[in-house]
Amino acid sequence: MSRVLIVGEHANGKLNPSTAKCVTCASKIPGAQVTVALFGADTATVAGEAAKLSGVATVLRVDNAANSPALAAVLAPQIAALAAEYTHVFGPSTTFGKDLMPRVAALLGVTQISDIMAVEAPNRFRRPVYAGNAILTVECASARPVVATVRTASFEASAGGGSARVETRSLDVPLPRHTRFVALSSADGGRPDLQTARIVVSGGRALASAENFKLLYAIADKLGAAVGASRAAVDAGYAANDMQVGQTGKIIAPELYIAVGISGAIQHLTGIKDARTIVAINKDSEAPIFEIADYGLVGDLFSVLPELEKLLG
Amino acid sequence: MSKIMVCVKRVVDYNVRVRVKPDASGVVTDGVKMSINPFDEIALEEALRIRERGAASEVLAVSIGPADTQQQLRTALAMGADRAILVQNDAPVEPLTAARAFLKLIERENPSIVILGKQAIDDDNNQTGQMVAALWNRPQATFASKVELDGNLARVTREVDAGLETLEVELPAVITSDLRLNEPRYVKLPDIMKAKKKPLDTVTLADLGVAPTTDVKVLRTDPPPQRQKGVIVKTVEELLEALRKKGLVS
Repeated sequence: MSRVLIVGEHANGKLNPSTAKCVTCASKIPGAQVTVALFGADTATVAGEAAKLSGVATVLRVDNAANSPALAAVLAPQIAALAAEYTHVFGPSTTFGKDLMPRVAALLGVTQISDIMAVEAPNRFRRPVYAGNAILTVECASARPVVATVRTASFEASAGGGSARVETRSLDVPLPRHTRFVALSSADGGRPDLQTARIVVSGGRALASAENFKLLYAIADKLGAAVGASRAAVDAGYAANDMQVGQTGKIIAPELYIAVGISGAIQHLTGIKDARTIVAINKDSEAPIFEIADYGLVGDLFSVLPELEKLLG
Repeated sequence: MSKIMVCVKRVVDYNVRVRVKPDASGVVTDGVKMSINPFDEIALEEALRIRERGAASEVLAVSIGPADTQQQLRTALAMGADRAILVQNDAPVEPLTAARAFLKLIERENPSIVILGKQAIDDDNNQTGQMVAALWNRPQATFASKVELDGNLARVTREVDAGLETLEVELPAVITSDLRLNEPRYVKLPDIMKAKKKPLDTVTLADLGVAPTTDVKVLRTDPPPQRQKGVIVKTVEELLEALRKKGLVS
């Protein structure tokens, strides 16, 4: 039987939605028994949240002052110590999981499966390569634990209504002291989170300035949407790095994605392929974004955006 | 003075539109332009800048791949690396194998910083740097957008989902580069000529005592599912009407 350990991501007393998506991925393994492990200084609140996720059998609390803020070098040996009891160890394909899970895999002496987008069998998965231009079907040959990251945009969040058992665990593992957290600066404007928002409005280089991004914010606020940006817009300094959508930024799957002044480089498209509906607004009718858009509007964003804002009332 | 080791990978050039072979056996690489993985090029540029500031004495470029990978190492030497080592291996290696080979080179060379791209744009694995740090039992600072050195410490700003995180790590350490760390320099013709005389050594996995792992077998390679082409609307009103009809906008 498969026993899956999911490394839960959380911050400021809240479970990151990526955890619920990892649970859904794990549940695709027939008969899987799912455990969520939470590492932090005091994980009581987030453990309560994780215990409610449908499909989770057990929540493990590993409370230790050294586990907050989370550092890969500190968490990895603890996860490796827990791994002996499991057939699979999953983490989310967020920067938290991407940083951490390969370190766990190396300690366990296995190669990681990165970005699982579909489960075909307990040891067989599909994953994207070449910025999503090719999809591999891969099989883990070894009998050792499968260490993987889960492409969160490929899975719905597991529903609530569960009632998992919560256990506390103390691990006697030597922890390194060579890495120290200094600071985290966020450009959080009080808008919905890019990775979980139902609607995302994104701007590209054609916005031409940070000032002009206000046109997008105005529309986002009317729609209750998150705001994203293309790499070109972030590189140009129009938007913060945590707003970048694409191969090396965030991979998102909103109900509605509105791309404004984004030409649609393949690296950007790979970040939005799972959006339910894509709208493209661009003055270049030949822009590749129109190839994948459900609705395209050819026009100058500086006249389209104010009109859209007005019509949204 | 300290040494910086940069790991570079030979990959299909980022401008190439990758095509999947009809028999699902992989992607077309015959006759396709190959380059240094762009993230590794950024890592190399950072190493060169550190040396040019006087905070390191030598930049060593290393790679693992087929004999043709010498081309990418020559490019690294032309950019300014002092010497290069190729771990020659014709078959592609898994990240764990690459990490084990790099660890052997680390043990020989004793670098104070190992820097490489956060991911390679072919397999998009995003594993090797973290694995090297784990096997070496040293700090990792991944997805770096800024690196400041202060004695035996590195203060690294990282691009994370929540914004920018700053870590302080004791050296030696592994750093993986994100896109905005720097803009790599262009290679000038005289530098290409000079690079031909710089030392480039070749070793094999067997020389290093590393057996390649085969944890993950690729069964097939398929093109991604295509989205249906949509409709072009003429006006903002028409767009809003369509979105309202689908219940996406109130």
